[in-house]
Amino acid sequence: MNRIARPLVSRRTVEIVRASLKRRHAAEKRFRLYGQISIGLGLVMLFVLLVSIVSHGYPAFSQTYIGLGVHIDAATIDPDGRRDPEVLANADYAALLKRSLAELFPEVKDRAEKRALYRLLSAGAGYRVRDMVVAKPELIGTTTRIWIPASSDVDMLQKGHFDRKAAESERRIGDRELAWIDRLVAEGRLERRFNRDFFTSGDSRDPEQAGVWGALMGSFLTVLVTLGLSLPIGVAAAIYLEEFAPRNRWVDFIEVNINNLAAVPSIVFGLLGLAVFINFFGVPRSSPLVGGLVLTLMTLPVIIIAARSALKAVPPSIREAAMGVGASQMQTVFHHVVPLAFPGMLTGAIIGMSRALGESAPLLMVGMVAFIVDIPRGIFDPATVLPVQIYLWADSPERGFVERTSAAILVLLTFLIVMNGLAVYLRRRYERRW
Amino acid sequence: MAKSTLFFLLLLLGLVAFWVGRQRSRRVAAGNIRTLHSLPGHYGFFTALWCVAPALILFSFWLLFETSILKQLVISGLPEDLRSQSPEQLGLLINEVRNVAKGKDASLSEPFVQQAAREYVRLQGLSNALLSVLVLSAAAFGTLIARQRIRASLRARNHVETALKVVLVACSLVAILTTVGILLSVLFESLRFFRLVPIMEFLFGLDWSPQMAIRPDQVGPSGAFGAVPLFAGTLLISAIAMAVAVPIGLLSAIYLAEYASPRVRAVGKPLLEILAGVPTVVYGFFAALTVAPFVRDLALSLGLEASSESALAAGLVMGVMIIPFVSSLSDDFINAVPQSLRDGAYALGATQSETIRNVVIPAALPGIVGGILLAVSRAIGETMIVVMAAGLAANLTANPLQAVTTVTTQIVTLLIGDQEFDSPKTLAAFALGLVLFLATLALNIIAMHIVRKYREQYE
Repeated sequence: MNRIARPLVSRRTVEIVRASLKRRHAAEKRFRLYGQISIGLGLVMLFVLLVSIVSHGYPAFSQTYIGLGVHIDAATIDPDGRRDPEVLANADYAALLKRSLAELFPEVKDRAEKRALYRLLSAGAGYRVRDMVVAKPELIGTTTRIWIPASSDVDMLQKGHFDRKAAESERRIGDRELAWIDRLVAEGRLERRFNRDFFTSGDSRDPEQAGVWGALMGSFLTVLVTLGLSLPIGVAAAIYLEEFAPRNRWVDFIEVNINNLAAVPSIVFGLLGLAVFINFFGVPRSSPLVGGLVLTLMTLPVIIIAARSALKAVPPSIREAAMGVGASQMQTVFHHVVPLAFPGMLTGAIIGMSRALGESAPLLMVGMVAFIVDIPRGIFDPATVLPVQIYLWADSPERGFVERTSAAILVLLTFLIVMNGLAVYLRRRYERRW
Repeated sequence: MAKSTLFFLLLLLGLVAFWVGRQRSRRVAAGNIRTLHSLPGHYGFFTALWCVAPALILFSFWLLFETSILKQLVISGLPEDLRSQSPEQLGLLINEVRNVAKGKDASLSEPFVQQAAREYVRLQGLSNALLSVLVLSAAAFGTLIARQRIRASLRARNHVETALKVVLVACSLVAILTTVGILLSVLFESLRFFRLVPIMEFLFGLDWSPQMAIRPDQVGPSGAFGAVPLFAGTLLISAIAMAVAVPIGLLSAIYLAEYASPRVRAVGKPLLEILAGVPTVVYGFFAALTVAPFVRDLALSLGLEASSESALAAGLVMGVMIIPFVSSLSDDFINAVPQSLRDGAYALGATQSETIRNVVIPAALPGIVGGILLAVSRAIGETMIVVMAAGLAANLTANPLQAVTTVTTQIVTLLIGDQEFDSPKTLAAFALGLVLFLATLALNIIAMHIVRKYREQYE
């Protein structure tokens, strides 16, 4: 019946399609646009993240210094004149600095005022003079112009983080100090210089003295332990699973385990480290050793999976040729397959290490969050690592630590970029198409 | 002899044994090594193995038990009234003794500590000397036995290869040991926790305030361990993260896989993946420093009440972190859809977007869902972002502008700082860890199952 009821001049399918084409093409364009927008959003996020970190962080690479003409008075630091290193190391260098500041500002008489004046200098300023004098004892008795790090407040003011026009009670720096600072600037005694201390000193409560060297050493030792354990174990496990293991449920179980461990939250590895390594085996807390052990367990799946795919990429003809000339299976694997797969395994290991380098959550659990000033010398010393140092500084209320944190992040990102770049280079250089 | 010196000496002895074994096999073959079953090097390895392996096993057992045995000996040497102290005090005392023995200034310590420290040093010296003698004689003895056993017919290669295979198997078992270790460590402490706090109260209680009096005589809150606010907070933040990551990740994967020219793809994909390589502590700092104030100001300008540690900020940043995870997994699965399916759709006159929506995505859906589940498990377990950007107050709320706390945040705050291993506060962290581990384990297993099933479909 339907057929008869239709109008005589029926619309052909082509026309129906043509009529809907406009709508469909618009939908096509929209869909494409959604894709472009989401990629754009992702990249914008990346850009905002990097710009935010860099813009906060780069000022930390310079630091405000105060140039003082310091008379290194023999009577104060070396009263008996024997240049005894012991005496020199323990002398009161802060007194020298106070004296030369007092000469610059003769009108400051009041004790409280004087103390405020000295607070313009970094709390560790005396040690800097000490290190100079201990290294060069012939300076004693002379007057030298020394650039002393200013305190964090002065530094922040010079970098424009404090509002000079705000009411005095709301400022960290009072009018009196402002006047002193302006005078120092006018006399050319205040200068922004490259902040070498940031790269050579350990942690400190004072932002102007805090550096990343201790955390870098801690990271280096921790990653060294991780690499030393996870590369051999991971490669051996991959060789077994890929080359020797029979296909049975037991081996399937191992594989499920490895894949699952790759997705277990990192903090759970920290709990394992705390309960097993520290409380059960008695590995020293906060040491790069225990951190490295935890990170080893965490990065093993990554290394095993990468090593297996590298082994898989070696064509069977290589194995057959080796077997054909009478090599045993072990000889085939270790003399022929593994050397060919090694660049791929190494790439995987570097990527695993870069992940270990950026990891912080499990290390919080095993006590690597302690405040540690000394530079760690070995894998048993208490240490912290760069990401945890970033976490600690991010928690500090002082304004000066905001830029230190960002600068430490820049250092960390630099290392990660170098490591990933190395992995990409290795892959390009040694990748073989069979 | 210091233990590290002993260890290196042992390795050196292994080298010597290798040389001994090789020479011996050459001697046995009388210059004609073709009469030997294996290459001379294999005999060398065989001897080195006999030299190092037993000694190393002895060494590691010694290390494992030395500390506790020394401790027992020192304790038994202490005066009677000190021995009857509680285990914690005894532990403190032993630590003191150890520190003095290691060369801490002893003048402040009591005389019996100094005496115990001297005893400790003496016992340690004795133990080291005994260990050195035992290890070195085991190495020498092993070498001699192996050297005696070398004949032309000895199948040295097979022995060495078997030993090597045992090592390989042992290495692949580390993964299982790790899983077992995780399970046991969180399970034991959790069981201790559930003896103090009923499991029902923990799982279904609505009140979380773990701060409690440490000493019995102290006045303080008694602590409440109802974890529902933590679960709710975790789910809220993860949901926000997924709401950001799934659309952006999926759509960019579709664009990169289906529309983008090879050049755009070659640039866009690695750039997006940089987001996955940024350490989480960096995201946490970014969330706390930039995003959280921005969210708060935005909310205030809209006339809404907002906390400075809002769930929204942490969730947004976590979403950004997960974008590359979703996009690279989806990308894999979209690429795995056979071209013939697309060609079939084009032949019927579908536009590209219709093909993608009606053919490609349904075909890749199981894989994508598996990938999203993995991403959820990652969001639940993410720690640093929420520690740095989400709050500590356990609010039971669905308002993303308020501060909530998460399971991982609480684990970190409970375990950082002073801890003693009997307080429910510390043990609660392990109970939370158990829940976290089981939740992510379930998600991972489901996801891996789906993914594996799907992969088989097109292979």
